[in-house]
Amino acid sequence: MTAGSSPADSAVRRSRRRHRGGGIRGHEAAAGWLFTAPAVLLLVLFLVVPILMAAWVSVSDWTGQGNPFSGAAHYVGTKNYSALLTRDGLAREDLMASLRNTLYYVLLVVPTQTALALFLAVVLNRRRLAGRGLFRTAYYFPSVTSSVAISVVFLFLFGGAGVVNTLLSDLGANGPTWFADSNGLIHLLLDKLGVHSAPAVLANYGLLGQSWWDWLSGPSVAMTVLIMLAVWTTSGTFMLMFLAALQNIPAEVEEAALIDGTSPWQRLRMVTLPLVRPTLFLVLTLGLIATWQVFDQVYIMSQGNPAKTTLTPAYLSYAVSFNDQQWGQGAAIAFILFAIIVVLTVLQRFVLRTREAVADE
Amino acid sequence: MSSQARRQAAATAAATTATAAAIAERGSATRRPKPYRPGQLSPRARAASYAALLLFALIYIFPFLIELGSSFKTDADAANNPLNPIPQHWTLAAFHELGQQDFPRWFANSAFVALSVTAGRLLFDSMAGYALARLRFRGRGALFSAIIAVLAVPGVVLMIPKFLVLNEFGIYDTYAGMIIPLVADAAGVFIMKQFFESIPRSVEEAARIDGAGVLRTFWSVVLPMARPALITLTVLSFQGSWNELSHFIVSRQSPQLNTLTSGVATLVSGQLGQGSQYPLKLAAALLMTIPVAVVFFIFQRHIVRGTQGAVKG
Repeated sequence: MTAGSSPADSAVRRSRRRHRGGGIRGHEAAAGWLFTAPAVLLLVLFLVVPILMAAWVSVSDWTGQGNPFSGAAHYVGTKNYSALLTRDGLAREDLMASLRNTLYYVLLVVPTQTALALFLAVVLNRRRLAGRGLFRTAYYFPSVTSSVAISVVFLFLFGGAGVVNTLLSDLGANGPTWFADSNGLIHLLLDKLGVHSAPAVLANYGLLGQSWWDWLSGPSVAMTVLIMLAVWTTSGTFMLMFLAALQNIPAEVEEAALIDGTSPWQRLRMVTLPLVRPTLFLVLTLGLIATWQVFDQVYIMSQGNPAKTTLTPAYLSYAVSFNDQQWGQGAAIAFILFAIIVVLTVLQRFVLRTREAVADE
Repeated sequence: MSSQARRQAAATAAATTATAAAIAERGSATRRPKPYRPGQLSPRARAASYAALLLFALIYIFPFLIELGSSFKTDADAANNPLNPIPQHWTLAAFHELGQQDFPRWFANSAFVALSVTAGRLLFDSMAGYALARLRFRGRGALFSAIIAVLAVPGVVLMIPKFLVLNEFGIYDTYAGMIIPLVADAAGVFIMKQFFESIPRSVEEAARIDGAGVLRTFWSVVLPMARPALITLTVLSFQGSWNELSHFIVSRQSPQLNTLTSGVATLVSGQLGQGSQYPLKLAAALLMTIPVAVVFFIFQRHIVRGTQGAVKG
């Protein structure tokens, strides 16, 4: 890819030679390279080159001063990575907190948005439904809106005396101070059950610098708002994908199931779900990739607060680089996040493929 | 290039075209005959369906009504009656104040960047897509595989790398640095290639026989036929670059270059929901939503018409 000029030259040379022969192919080869050149050049310059540059910065000690590619940065080996992964310290603590937060975020957002999208699509796909287009537009509209505008609205909705808390108090309940509450949901649940502080076995042992008690906190109340926001904005897009898949199912299939005397629930489980399986997997994969990258909402709404319970790897990578000027570490976090996404995608594919193979037998 | 990357690319492209597909599907869905079938929903189940649909419609739409109504409220009204979307005293104070701040400048920046990015993507993506679909040249397969591999790179991972490259090229904190990296768009190339492969070759061959060159064939014959795909790409590009935030955080720092997203983000960030002046912020959110909403509603109809035209042709 980076050696784009030499094949291009040879293609042009080849084209000239052929052109003398009067072939139309020579023209085509030259035109082919000419037509793809701008797009390819842009992709190389702003996707491939940046990754190579960041790879160098992630093994350097660059502090944002001077040019990192001509002397201002020194090679430090895997120091940035080991500070994040193996050595005790603030860097690892922050990264692990961000991974924990995002893990709970993904675990709650992906299944919820997928189930909600499928539910809405199945209901919308019923025949003789008045106002289908209107409902569809209503559910899809949040997906068109910018994350900034939606974050502003959610800040207002979930403010201390905001819309949601007013609604809750009208219903006789006391809402939490959403964005200031760093308590984890699992901790809160245990508190209700009478476990008010960490059992010694969980508090004294841990993994990668965090105690088991901290790992098992559940998403904080503040993170729950980000989770609701994500479900609310993305379920519309996925609903459209499910709806497209549902409409490809021939009516005869459903009719046959009807004649066989199936209940609606049986039809959903035995007929509809298997037929939309490819879309289901697509939605799960896309959801998994997107949720690990959550950045905008954190940047606008919480900056990782309260008590670092809404910190995510993407935001941490940004903050460490731009705010703390530790560019090596920031770039290293970006690569760790990249690795996580790649591993999860491959893993998911592997799991699904083996399951499909079993299903085929 | 592995089939895995190829499938991933297909997935990504499917996601980006979901909008278009779903919009186009609207036409076909309504035309389908609807025979009466016994064993349909019982009246009770039907009522339950509508209740569920209405409840969710309320959940999805009510926040926008709050946004709309509260932006015409006074600060005190918004703080005291958050739940009621109808203002007690209608006021345009929030909009007046936005007009006096940098807001018009942010709006102009957003418009300039989004339109430039959209124009650039339309041109470069359709050229590359056409070459990859139709022109035979050595390395075409490898090139396409490389573009697909690039598709698989998650965008957020590129934030720090993009800052580094803009800094190195000396276009950090310029319009060029804000626009050009966004024009690079592997998904758009993929969409255009898929579309060009779906239109019949015979038209182009006729043009060739008439003596038109590659450029002429592309510009006057193929591109006009690609209208539906170009409209899809327009909607996706405009929406994507208008709503883009992270790139404008890492590609600029001067306040004069703020777009709506980065500008409004500075307006609200760091307040943890405790801040005041909600009518002002909600009015800003409302105004930045309008252009994408307009584009969406206008082109929604065009896409349906466009696909029908292509079938007839």
